[in-house]
Amino acid sequence: MSGSTTKNKSSFIQILQSMVSNQIFIPIAALLLLALFNLIVDPSFYSITLKESNDGFSTLQGNLISILDFGSELAILAIGMTFVTSASGGQDISVGATIAIAGSAILRILCGDNPRPSELQAPIFVAVIVGCIVAMLFGAFNGVLVSFFNIQPMVATLILFTAGRSIASWINNGQLPDVSFEPSFGYWGTYIPGVPIPTPFFIAVVCFIVTGLILKFTTLGLYSQSVGINESSAKLNGLNPKMIKLVTFVILGLCVGICGFIKVSRLSQINYSVIAKDIEMDAILAVALGGNALGGGKFNMTASILGAYVIQFLTTTLYKYGVSADALPAYKAVVVILLVVFSAPTVRDGLSNFWKKNFGKKAVKEVG
Amino acid sequence: MRKKVLAVLMAATMVVGMTACGGKKDAEPTAAPAEEKADDAAADDAAADDKADDAAADDAAADDKADDVAADSGSGELIKVGIINNDPNESGYRTANVNDLKNMFTEENGYDAQFAYSLKNDEQINSAAKFIQDGVQYLLLSAADTAGWDSTLKDAQDNGVKVILFDRTIDADESLYEASIVSDMAKEGETAVEWLKGQNLDSYNVIHIQGVMGSAAQQGRSGALTEAAKSDGWKIVEEQTAEWNAEKAQQIVQTVIDRGDEFNVIYAENDDMAKGAVAALDKAGISHGVGKDVIVMGFDCNKWALEELKAGNWNYDGQCNPFQASYIDDIIKKLEKGETLSEKTIIMDEKGFDATTITDDDVNTYGI
Amino acid sequence: MNKNSVLEMRNISKSFPGVRALQNVQFSLCEGEIHALMGENGAGKSTLIKVLTGVYSKDEGDIFIKGIDNAVSIRSPQDAQNLGISTVYQEITLCPNLTVAENMFIGRTKGAGVNWKKMNDEADRILESLDIPAKAKQQLSSCSIAIQQMIAIARAVDMQCKILILDEPTSSLDEQEVEKLFKLMRDLKKKGVGIIFVTHFLDQVYEVCDKITVLRDGQFVGEYEIKDLPRVQLVSKMLGKELDDMSDIRGDYEGPGENVEKIFEATSLQSNAGIKPFDFYIRKGEVNGFTGLLGSGRSECVRAIFGADRVIKGTIKKNGQTVKIGKPIRAMKLGIGYLPEDRKVDGIIGDLSVRENIVLALQVMKGFFRPFSKAQAYKFADEYIKKLEIKTASADTPIKSLSGGNQQKVILARWLLTNPEYLILDEPTRGIDVGTKIEIQKLVLELAKQGKSITFISSETDEMLRTCSRLIVMRDRKVVGELKGDQLNQNTIMSTIAGGDK
Repeated sequence: MSGSTTKNKSSFIQILQSMVSNQIFIPIAALLLLALFNLIVDPSFYSITLKESNDGFSTLQGNLISILDFGSELAILAIGMTFVTSASGGQDISVGATIAIAGSAILRILCGDNPRPSELQAPIFVAVIVGCIVAMLFGAFNGVLVSFFNIQPMVATLILFTAGRSIASWINNGQLPDVSFEPSFGYWGTYIPGVPIPTPFFIAVVCFIVTGLILKFTTLGLYSQSVGINESSAKLNGLNPKMIKLVTFVILGLCVGICGFIKVSRLSQINYSVIAKDIEMDAILAVALGGNALGGGKFNMTASILGAYVIQFLTTTLYKYGVSADALPAYKAVVVILLVVFSAPTVRDGLSNFWKKNFGKKAVKEVG
Repeated sequence: MRKKVLAVLMAATMVVGMTACGGKKDAEPTAAPAEEKADDAAADDAAADDKADDAAADDAAADDKADDVAADSGSGELIKVGIINNDPNESGYRTANVNDLKNMFTEENGYDAQFAYSLKNDEQINSAAKFIQDGVQYLLLSAADTAGWDSTLKDAQDNGVKVILFDRTIDADESLYEASIVSDMAKEGETAVEWLKGQNLDSYNVIHIQGVMGSAAQQGRSGALTEAAKSDGWKIVEEQTAEWNAEKAQQIVQTVIDRGDEFNVIYAENDDMAKGAVAALDKAGISHGVGKDVIVMGFDCNKWALEELKAGNWNYDGQCNPFQASYIDDIIKKLEKGETLSEKTIIMDEKGFDATTITDDDVNTYGI
Repeated sequence: MNKNSVLEMRNISKSFPGVRALQNVQFSLCEGEIHALMGENGAGKSTLIKVLTGVYSKDEGDIFIKGIDNAVSIRSPQDAQNLGISTVYQEITLCPNLTVAENMFIGRTKGAGVNWKKMNDEADRILESLDIPAKAKQQLSSCSIAIQQMIAIARAVDMQCKILILDEPTSSLDEQEVEKLFKLMRDLKKKGVGIIFVTHFLDQVYEVCDKITVLRDGQFVGEYEIKDLPRVQLVSKMLGKELDDMSDIRGDYEGPGENVEKIFEATSLQSNAGIKPFDFYIRKGEVNGFTGLLGSGRSECVRAIFGADRVIKGTIKKNGQTVKIGKPIRAMKLGIGYLPEDRKVDGIIGDLSVRENIVLALQVMKGFFRPFSKAQAYKFADEYIKKLEIKTASADTPIKSLSGGNQQKVILARWLLTNPEYLILDEPTRGIDVGTKIEIQKLVLELAKQGKSITFISSETDEMLRTCSRLIVMRDRKVVGELKGDQLNQNTIMSTIAGGDK
């Protein structure tokens, strides 16, 4: 009798242990921690209400909805950033600036030469496609620098990080175009009339599904990991590491294009100098929070996406308690420090030993 | 090594390509900007050269000056001015400011103007040295940084160049410049807060959305509100920086709404952030504008913002006057006639617009 | 504790999740003794060394060190160093961009200041006393690997070590360099240092060691005086079974005759890796090999064949058809497989699982949009894990946690899975245990009998003699001869390599 319970116990501990060693444990633990904190301090954090918006449509409101809403663009970026990190072992820091470029391109197509037209100059889908293509081209530019010229990703993307917003400004001749006269453009960044859940979340879900399909029906995952772990070995197995790195940067470009679309559609306008500022750091943090090695190699896409929402969860929580936005980076830095510490092999070994000593032994003793 | 050089070249080509295209675009309406850009590049190069042989500079400058005087008398009565400004892409305000200056300092108005744009102090100082050497009569300066200008201004004085500061002050002795034309940010805040007091609300529950902390505009516009809140017992529901960023403002207001706090005023320190805040209100079905639940206040008088005002969606917009050219023109004319200025620091007129009284003329005249 | 012993390890046990790496292992080392620690890969040699050097903590057992009454506890490499235990690993762990002297003293200077002159003088003195041909101010990377190895040893010795562990120090050295290293070892032995020597080279054990301790499957097999344990017995103790007559692996397989078709033929092939143009062919069912000293261009030749380096010249015929091989994928599509020389750098993809490592090449050939299902991949992996007897906890284990020999088998499995007509094996037996070496040689001949063509490269000439029916001899990045039939013996090979020409 007691034997079987201890058996259960030890197998429970084993499951727990394997869970802890699983990569996705990190973002889940962070999420649970945040969720628990909010539950204890103020359960009303989770309240969701149905309200009617000023244009007469019902919308869901609440912190959780905000997290899904604003976290979605970050999650989309995290997808691309995960691929880039895996294959190139570095990060793209030009994401924010490229979003400004893509967003400007979209509005440029919609507005034509006049920043304040009275009607759209092109269908929205054309503009979005152009925006995505532009972002992919700039992604390819980064990719070429990284793969064919062997420049470190951070250094290579520094070019667009610096120049990107000027390019964005040039696209619209320094004007700040605005298309708020066309409500259907705004649907993509807010709500589709009659659907109470924010559209960005749906866009993100579509992106997740597509990513899932890509990972299932192509070998991109295997290839980018192989290249990231051991480039020369990957080459001798017939892979073209340069091409694969380039592809990951183009994918990130696509993610950036989509994200830029959501961003400009939120307010139907763009201010290239501040739009998506510092978002690259959050995207990189999402990848790190997903337990992925920033040095490249193995990755877990689900964990990255979860990481993105965890970051938004953290941001929303801090906003809710009135922590100054100035101080947000400091809190994120704490998260980074914790991550770095807990992902260090010595700490992990120590933890697993601790686990074994304090729980593993007990189970054994009880058997005796 | 060769690869890296290639990469840099490629990047450079790309950037040059961009600016070249930009130049062409500008050239269509005015034809002037393209030349200017070329001039700028040349100016920078020359400035760099100057630095190298500073020792020889003095003599050379004297020679140059003689040449220039000759040239001047040949080409009529044009007044030579060198204008150093911040990058027009910095903000909508700056774009308006730059355009205003360009329109004023033309040959028709009796000026031979050279322009230099940079957000970096040292580049601006180099340009100033170049202008002084070119023998400009007036140096118009909007400095990127308040410090480090003493020796440059002394140089100017020694060479008989008169300096007029606009838009931004610097830490230098008053004797080194003729006049300084500035906006009084604190005054802008006071005007806005006075207006708000005049609304005689039953209670004041304010969401205060701040710009980048520490910037002159933020400090000026925050100061008055903070004081009024203290003296009149207004409740600041939320005070948070959105760093001039519309989406951040949207998130902040969204969080306040999700939190369920009551508020009836949004005091946003620029138009973009006000727009972001309004987007959150719209989504939650909270009415705003003239005679509605929430008073919306913005700054900078963007044209679209004044239109919102006109439509009654917002209540107030405070001006930060970018139109300094006419003031400068006045001063130069006075100085040319040998008159003395009554005071060195000239504070520009700045208006605050109320949604109930704004006219179409105002929108067209003051909208930037 | 024995009077002469400097180190005694008693009843050491260590387990990892799912594996008992060491069970009651004994080991003792006397002053002035070179003691070989032998065993197949996975026998527990590395674990034992890591327990001794504080990398792993032992589960049970005691360690005694001369001059200390009680059992010592070694919790970190620092502890080990303080107790006089120094280790020199197979991979050089020094900093190539520092000078020799800096490398010798790095991390050992007290306080912030450094007396450079004193340090350099001291380093020169040590190098001289050990007869190491290097100068203190020389940059480390300008020394050959062997010298670097010796400098690592010099550093260890200078730290007043009583116990020196040499973990596979000879695997990247050529014969002369090995000789120099042995001289150094003997010198140290005279000075009373106890040396633990871990190697796979049996010859070297018999040349330099005094005693042998054999481990097998984490268990202590025995400690033997070198003179009491002939080679064959040593091998059988390591394997736990009597060895086949090694020289007779080939049996009666004599390779294909002259009239068998040439499956692959290259004419004046040259790559950008600095080899002279060479001609080459291989017949169906043939096993041939490139031989020559390290750096003679053996690997570069096969890399050129596989398109791993950029081919700048030459024509290639596959089954009589002229083809172009610009990159590895072309070669793979033409039915050529290549097991690279440096397993760690070019072979394994460390963080990926055994399964992913096995299917990688075939997957790449199959195409980007046609991934294998997980089930299919498991099927492949399990099949080859069984076929090649790969010791791994599961197909999902990361390959980097496997022992060297098993990693090599995984890479071999990767290429066998692609079912190539022509397989190039560059040093497939380097750094792996005797048992696996023989398995691989057998496998090579087995494949040849099935009609596959194989190019086999090994630093150990007798391995090549056992498997190849034709040898291409290289010297100074140039093909200098071709040996077959009766010419295939040690003497002829040596003289051809040496260039004594008749």
